[in-house]
Amino acid sequence: MADPVLSIRDLSVEIPTRHGIVRPVDGVSYDIQAGEILGIVGESGAGKSMAGNAVIGLLNPPAHISKGEIWLNGQRIDHLKGDAMRRLRGKEIGMVFQDPLTSLNPLLRIGDQLTETMLTHLPISRAEAEKRAVAALEEVGIPGAAERVNSYPHEFSGGMRQRVVIALALCAEPSLVIADEPTTALDVSVQAQIIALLRRLCRDRGTAVMLITHDMGVIAEATDRVAVMYAGRLAELGPVRDVLTHPQHPYTHGLMASTPLASQGKRRLHQIPGAMPRLDAVPDGCAFNPRCPHATDKCRQAPVPRVSNGQAACWYPLVDEKVI
Amino acid sequence: MLAYIIRRVGQSALVLLIVGLVAFAMFRFVGDPIDNMLGQERTAEDIERLRSQLGLDQPFVVQYYKFLEGAVQGNFGVSYRQGRPVAEILLERAPATLELAMVSGVLAILFGIALGVFTAIRRDGVLANAIMSASLIGVSLPTFLIGILLIYLFSVELGWLPSFGRGETVDLGGWTTGFLTESGLKALILPSITLGLYQMTLIMRLVRSEMLEVLRQDYIRFARARGLRDRAVNFRHALKNTMVPVITVIGLQLGAIIAFAIITETVFQWPGVGLLFINAVQFVDIPVMAAYLMLISVMFVGINLLVDILYFFIDPRLRVDRSGGH
Repeated sequence: MADPVLSIRDLSVEIPTRHGIVRPVDGVSYDIQAGEILGIVGESGAGKSMAGNAVIGLLNPPAHISKGEIWLNGQRIDHLKGDAMRRLRGKEIGMVFQDPLTSLNPLLRIGDQLTETMLTHLPISRAEAEKRAVAALEEVGIPGAAERVNSYPHEFSGGMRQRVVIALALCAEPSLVIADEPTTALDVSVQAQIIALLRRLCRDRGTAVMLITHDMGVIAEATDRVAVMYAGRLAELGPVRDVLTHPQHPYTHGLMASTPLASQGKRRLHQIPGAMPRLDAVPDGCAFNPRCPHATDKCRQAPVPRVSNGQAACWYPLVDEKVI
Repeated sequence: MLAYIIRRVGQSALVLLIVGLVAFAMFRFVGDPIDNMLGQERTAEDIERLRSQLGLDQPFVVQYYKFLEGAVQGNFGVSYRQGRPVAEILLERAPATLELAMVSGVLAILFGIALGVFTAIRRDGVLANAIMSASLIGVSLPTFLIGILLIYLFSVELGWLPSFGRGETVDLGGWTTGFLTESGLKALILPSITLGLYQMTLIMRLVRSEMLEVLRQDYIRFARARGLRDRAVNFRHALKNTMVPVITVIGLQLGAIIAFAIITETVFQWPGVGLLFINAVQFVDIPVMAAYLMLISVMFVGINLLVDILYFFIDPRLRVDRSGGH
């Protein structure tokens, strides 16, 4: 297999607080290949976004990378600082945020925001950048792109704005895109369009995508592989079909069982008992053990093995257990 | 936008009418100008004659109406004390105040915004914290005290700068300016710092807090995530968004600078309209006081009108009748 675009090795992020150090990302490893979409799924506070912010170098201090390595196209980037990291942002790593209503500057025309980004990273003239801005808007499916470059963000609907955001994230042709909940703030009818757009653009260009979401539907629809996170740790990593239909980790199993499916009509949804531990009180052993129906003493004491592709971080992985 | 401006001008005219009415009503309690104008050896007859000559025997509403009638024609009556038309006196004095206010305003805006941005961007820096602490002095010390301290330091102790007056002025077709002579410029320094310091610290603290708020917004994060340079993020993206609320306050403060000039002009014996007003109050010179108050309110209202129009240029979301094509 070719070298991955992004390779994260045993990454930990720490935040010093008054109650001691919390670790929102704890020893996470995964790769993303060119043209591949890796879904990162988990509950709020599981460390999904934090990992994405660590990759693009936008952790809010005092949060910082405490351990591990991040490699982008064969270059180690986790220790890059200031201007060196800034040059990668936008150029090598694009980012799409959750809320398109707030992620565009309301006082600047979208064409200006596009050309500004391109001129920062690409050795092209202003005229060329303006031409590419129109092309970029056309590519993300904005009708009348030639006129709409002169529009302000408030003149677009939510779905259209997210298309503009995607155009902005992709305009300098990065090799990796981090999409942090790109559809959560959108109408359901628009969500599918945005996902399809993101998929198409990345396939065409061979861009690697880290798709962070808590929506199992989006995962099933868009991703090639999926990483399930729980309390800052990777619970399970594998091809999306395997993970969704034959989850090996009891947490993934619970997550799948609590996803409503229209085809199954009305039924009582499964609930995982309890709640995810606070990050300053993660239990010893497996972080999931207090909520796990299969937990033993071993789960409560021994640290679980780290996962690689196709594995679950579990002493007793479920074998061929059907999701109800 | 035109309809909006017309509506605002209408509102402004109404505000001016009301200010005039309130001011006029108040003057009736300042004292009786006749007492000051006639000497000790006055007779009841003299008093009556002067009173009807000045129209002071007429009902309040009639006096107010006459004042307005004259005012719209640029005629504010004759000063009781100097016996010259008020409009003439004001025009003669206005350049001194306007030049002082302009220099103070420019100083306050330039330094206020620059220091505000600096303290917001380097919010944990030692220098930024020092500036913030020092700004408390500017906010809390009264204007006259700052003036006196400056005079003590730079005029009395060091002897670098004059302690009063405008220095030499040059007459440019009715507008006397202190900008063209060395002594005029020197004389401007202390009064304009005195007058502008409070506004500067106010603008600085406002810019800082607004900017910190803007820097937390998603679009700033997104701008950083696109790898834009710090300069572009801070100035193109953040500062522009900071300016909308800041401009409102700056507009109000410019009006306040002209109004507060009374104190600074008194401390520095600056021959402007503020000093004129103080002297007029002592003498119950009603025409001068009325004209001064109208002048100040015209400036306040005018500046606010300008500010509202400026919004349209800064914030595209307010250009409602713009056909953006939805």
